Amino acid sequence: MSRMTMTEKILARASGKHEVHPGDNVWVTADVLMTHDVCGPGTIGIFKREFGKDAKVWDRDKVVIVPDHYIFTGDEKCHRNVDILRDFVREQQLPHFYDVGSSRYKGVCHIALPEGGHTRPGEVLFGTDSHTCTAGAFNEFATGIGNTDAAFILGTGKLLVKVPPTMRFVFAGEFPPYVLAKDVILQVIGDIGVDGGTYKAMEFAGEAVERLSMEERMTLCNMVIEGGGKNGIIEADATTFAYLRARTTRSFNPVAPDAGAAYALERTYDARTFEPTVARPHSPDNRSAARELGDVRLTRAYIGSCTGGKITDFINAAQVMRGHTVAVDTFLVPATTEISQALRTERLEGRTLLSIFEDAGCTISLDASCAACLGGPKDTFGRINGPEVCISTTNRNFPGRMGAKEGQVYLASPYTVAASAITGRITDPREFLAGGA
Amino acid sequence: MAASTIRGRVYVLGDNIDTDQIIPAQYLNLVPTIPDEYEKLGSYAFSGVLDVPRFVPEGSAKTSYPIIVAGRNFGCGSSREHAPIAIGAAGGRAVVAESYARIFFRNCVATGELYPVETPTRLVDEFVTSDEAELDLDAGTITNLRSGACFALRPLGDARPVIDAGGLFAYARQTGMISATGTSDSKERVPLNQTIED
Repeated sequence: MSRMTMTEKILARASGKHEVHPGDNVWVTADVLMTHDVCGPGTIGIFKREFGKDAKVWDRDKVVIVPDHYIFTGDEKCHRNVDILRDFVREQQLPHFYDVGSSRYKGVCHIALPEGGHTRPGEVLFGTDSHTCTAGAFNEFATGIGNTDAAFILGTGKLLVKVPPTMRFVFAGEFPPYVLAKDVILQVIGDIGVDGGTYKAMEFAGEAVERLSMEERMTLCNMVIEGGGKNGIIEADATTFAYLRARTTRSFNPVAPDAGAAYALERTYDARTFEPTVARPHSPDNRSAARELGDVRLTRAYIGSCTGGKITDFINAAQVMRGHTVAVDTFLVPATTEISQALRTERLEGRTLLSIFEDAGCTISLDASCAACLGGPKDTFGRINGPEVCISTTNRNFPGRMGAKEGQVYLASPYTVAASAITGRITDPREFLAGGA
Repeated sequence: MAASTIRGRVYVLGDNIDTDQIIPAQYLNLVPTIPDEYEKLGSYAFSGVLDVPRFVPEGSAKTSYPIIVAGRNFGCGSSREHAPIAIGAAGGRAVVAESYARIFFRNCVATGELYPVETPTRLVDEFVTSDEAELDLDAGTITNLRSGACFALRPLGDARPVIDAGGLFAYARQTGMISATGTSDSKERVPLNQTIED
């Protein structure tokens, strides 16, 4: 019996084999298929074209549909697309649908999935969105696919997957208090490049990762796609189980790497050496330290998305922002409804996050969605519609990612974005955290 | 769909052409399986790329460049299948790039929209936009008909017959993996040894 990595173990189990090796093509059984309003309608169109108009999905309980991208817009086609999802859910009697305008509406799928208890250790999750890899934080194999592959899964429950070799990143010791997971993943992507993880799994381990919250682990795994990775993965532990206990009653089988498993690369970082990190336009691997970019004048700041719109991201931003006012237009969008509500209940020194941000002069949308992370329709909240210079907690900064291609996007942690919003230039958050946090 | 040679003008791009540059997110309200929206996606192909001539002329839905030559990591970013579809809908037939992002490559094969051919040579230095070229998939070469230079390409392998057939489902039907009518019994008939590159 060969020694396997976590990704290999999950793919072996899901393909009914005792062992698999990198490069093997195996038919994998999906535990969950997720789709949303941007790719769902096309997926449904292919499913009906190929399997017949009366075809039924392979397993109703394994399909999760999360409208989240283009929700709060006047664009008629976007509304029609959500209607296509509704019709399909009704026709197929799908139980896991988080409809817009209902009390079930959640928002950004990658955060909605764990909130809804759909991310479970040892499982296989496919989603029609590249950031599906976020769920690797829950010790599962999770990856993004296109509409055609998703339609194939809807009909058969299976997908042909090539077993990826694994790159292992170990973080020894403890991250400094001013460093967040976003800084860590931007450092790693800067090291390996935007295609350094292509066709590979990226595994994160070490004492510093074990100390991270689930939300921070999700940030790490979320951005493996920005390194080209197929999936990110982290071992399950007490932190994982505590999160899951509050979200699901289903059983699951975590996997751990075998001692002596073969890795395509093993790199150990001293966690203490990390510092606030920024990706400059127009690529997530265009790395600088925040302290080196003090001359960069900004016109706007943005906090939101699956990467940087979780409750911990807002708590971190509020720690920096409390008692200050922003110098540039600063847009805040919670990833999900639950986070939106938490902005009104979560407190720092007796004050709600919402009041801290309002007093700081931020522009806040309480309507949870993907919003301007990927630009979207022209009327999207926070969208870049001109030659803006924006610092953002989101995940991509290729030309035009947040709207107008004349825009420039700098990617950074919630601490760094908040500090930069206050000064109007890119700012190392240590300037604000040293005394206050 | 099947072709052994593709001849025509080339459109030259750089490294890391991501899916937002191929099809900007504002157009993702279009659903590729709706025929007139499929055509519309084509009219916006590559409209997000900075500082290049238009791929599709104003007021048209079709390109005069059937071959795209690019650098590393073509198609990185999102999993949107709209990306290979937009290029294919506009009349793009093949991309010749040094490397591809995984999901984009797979989506090219699954949709059958586009041949994603890999080149070991950095061809963005050997072609300029509007050069006439001949891509020979059987021979595995691309020739710049202006300069006369011919370059060897990596084989498409198992992906080639799938794209030739018109995508994953068409290939599966053609080879008897799923039933010709496309209803019900596909689950049983998918052979588990079939390989498609991912």
